This record gives sequence, structure tokens and C-alpha cells, in this order.
Amino acid sequence: MAEQAISNIETPQVDASGLRSIAADFSSDRQVFKNVSWGKAMMWIFLLSDTFVFSCFLIAYMTARMSTTVPWPNPSEVFSLTIGGVSLPLLLIAIMTFVLISSSGTMAMAVNCGYARDRKKTAALMFLTALLGATFVGMQAFEWTKLIHEGVRPWGNPWGAAQFGSTFFMITGFHGTHVTFGVIFLLIIARKVWRGDFDHERRGFFTSRKGRYEVVEIMGLYWHFVDLVWVFIFAFFYLW
Amino acid sequence: MAQATASSSAHTQQHPIKLYLVVWAWLFILSTCSYLVDFFQLEGALRYSLIVLFMLLKAGLIIAVFMHMAWERLSLVYAILVPIGAVLVFVAIMTLEADNTLLSRMSFFAPGP
Repeated sequence: MAEQAISNIETPQVDASGLRSIAADFSSDRQVFKNVSWGKAMMWIFLLSDTFVFSCFLIAYMTARMSTTVPWPNPSEVFSLTIGGVSLPLLLIAIMTFVLISSSGTMAMAVNCGYARDRKKTAALMFLTALLGATFVGMQAFEWTKLIHEGVRPWGNPWGAAQFGSTFFMITGFHGTHVTFGVIFLLIIARKVWRGDFDHERRGFFTSRKGRYEVVEIMGLYWHFVDLVWVFIFAFFYLW
Repeated sequence: MAQATASSSAHTQQHPIKLYLVVWAWLFILSTCSYLVDFFQLEGALRYSLIVLFMLLKAGLIIAVFMHMAWERLSLVYAILVPIGAVLVFVAIMTLEADNTLLSRMSFFAPGP
């Protein structure tokens, strides 16, 4: 029964292009998203909903920052690190950005190796991605500790508008939670790849469905999304 | 065009590894550029336009190549990207709202003359 649902996703395709293809797909029988398995379509729809969640946080931040009469603390100074007597603005944040981008790169490679059915390389790259993700969370914990020691609280801070602390903890905290869950998700899938579940079509523990290497790509979608959100947080919260 | 490639490569999203490395390098370059915007303390419209430009380029690369959106069928692309337009409407509404709040705060809660 379970097999029937996923065995064949080949549905007749309409030869149309542009907007006509969209109209044809949406008015077609059974399935709108041709070429895409239900798992991937659902991940995309989840990511769309998550986009709205993060958008709401960023819009709330924008509204608070635009409407306050108290000056907003200068992120360039707040997040600067002093190394060897030289104050470097946003250094830690820049390193965090590079770490997260690198993890996205290794994830893309893992997806590629997955479709090449290279079990060991895929698992190794996924473990590397998880390691980089954990590094990112570690640096974020360091940053939080530093700011809390300097007196930043959700209800106030020493430099200006009180909303700075609440938006900072809310936005970066929610993003950090996403990264943390991503790392856990990565480790679970990487273990499955390592064990060869997708080569031997071993059935999943909860779903008792046969896994496929597409799972790696779906996992990748989530991971790239986490990186994508950071691009926006970096631009709007840290650089603006 | 994107559709042609999507149907020819069926549903395996496998692309040359070189493409990923090139995108990865570009993401590094663009991140460095946006960091330099802050490092050189650029101000005003130049600062904001550069930040948004680098941000959109990075987001575009991640979505198109890493998330394989460039090779998906148009119906999926539209189903995901069009609703995001609602966010822009929300931004516009909240901009007006924030301006209004700021104006009222300045006229009613300003410290005495």
C-alpha cells in the first residue's frame, strides 16, 4: 500500500511553455507539481511558510526601528571584536557568514554525490556540513554570552533603543534554533546514508517506506534555506 | 528553457560539480563585498543600495543553483515565489504604520520646549 503511493510519479506532461504550462499543471489531474515528489513539494511549501515566519520577525524589527524616537545602537560597534588592540567591526558575524556559506557548499556537494550514489562521500560531506553548522551555533552562543555580559537584555541595553535586545534575541535565536534542528536532521540522514539505507532500500523506522537518495536533496533544501535566511538577517540586522 | 532541462534530466537534479564550486566562490566574494560595505563605513543611499544588491544576488544564487529552483517546472517556481510578494505588501503597510507612529510620538511625547 505504501509503495503504491510513491512508486510512480510519472504523469503525462503537457507540452506547453510559460504561463500556459502553469495553467495546464494547475488544472491537470491528480498532481500539480510534475517531476517533483510529494516529499520535495511538501518541503518547499514548509519553507514558504517558514519564510513568512521570518518575514514577520524582520518586519516587526523594521517597524520597531523605524518608529522609535531613541537612537538605534550601531551594530557595527556593538558586534565588533578587539583583536590585538585593533577593533574590527562585525568580525565574528563575518566569520559566521563564511562558515554557513561553506556548509551550504558542502551540502550542495553532498546532494550531488547522493545522486551519483556515492554512499561514503555523501555521508562524509553531510557530517562535514553538520560540523560547520554546529560551529555556527557555537559562535552564536559566544556572541550571545558576550552581549549578555555587556548588559543587553530583551528590555534594554546600554547603547540606545530598548527594542534592540528583544529583536536581536528573537531573530537570531529563532534562526539559531533552525540551525540546531538542521544539524540534528543532518546527522539522522547522514547516518542513514552511511548505513546504506538508500542502497539496500531499507525501510524507515517510523514510516516503513523505502528511502531514496532524494531525501538528501530534500534535507539540502532545508539547509540552504537556513543559509538563505541568514543572508537576510546579515543584511538587515547587522549591516543596516 | 528551464523547463526543457527539467524534463530532459527527469527528476534527478544532478549538475556538474564545477557549477557548485563557482557559485560557492561567488557567495564568498559577495559576502566579502557586503562586509567591506561596513568595514569602509559607507553611508547613506550608497550603503543601503549596496547591501540590498549583494543580499539579493546571494539569495538568488542560493535559490537558483543550490536549491535547484532554476531547473524546476514553472508551476513550482511560481507557487513558491509569487506568495512572497505578499511580504512586500506587508513591508509597505508597516512602513506607513511605522512612519505614522513615529510622527505621533514626536508630536505628543516629545520632551517639553
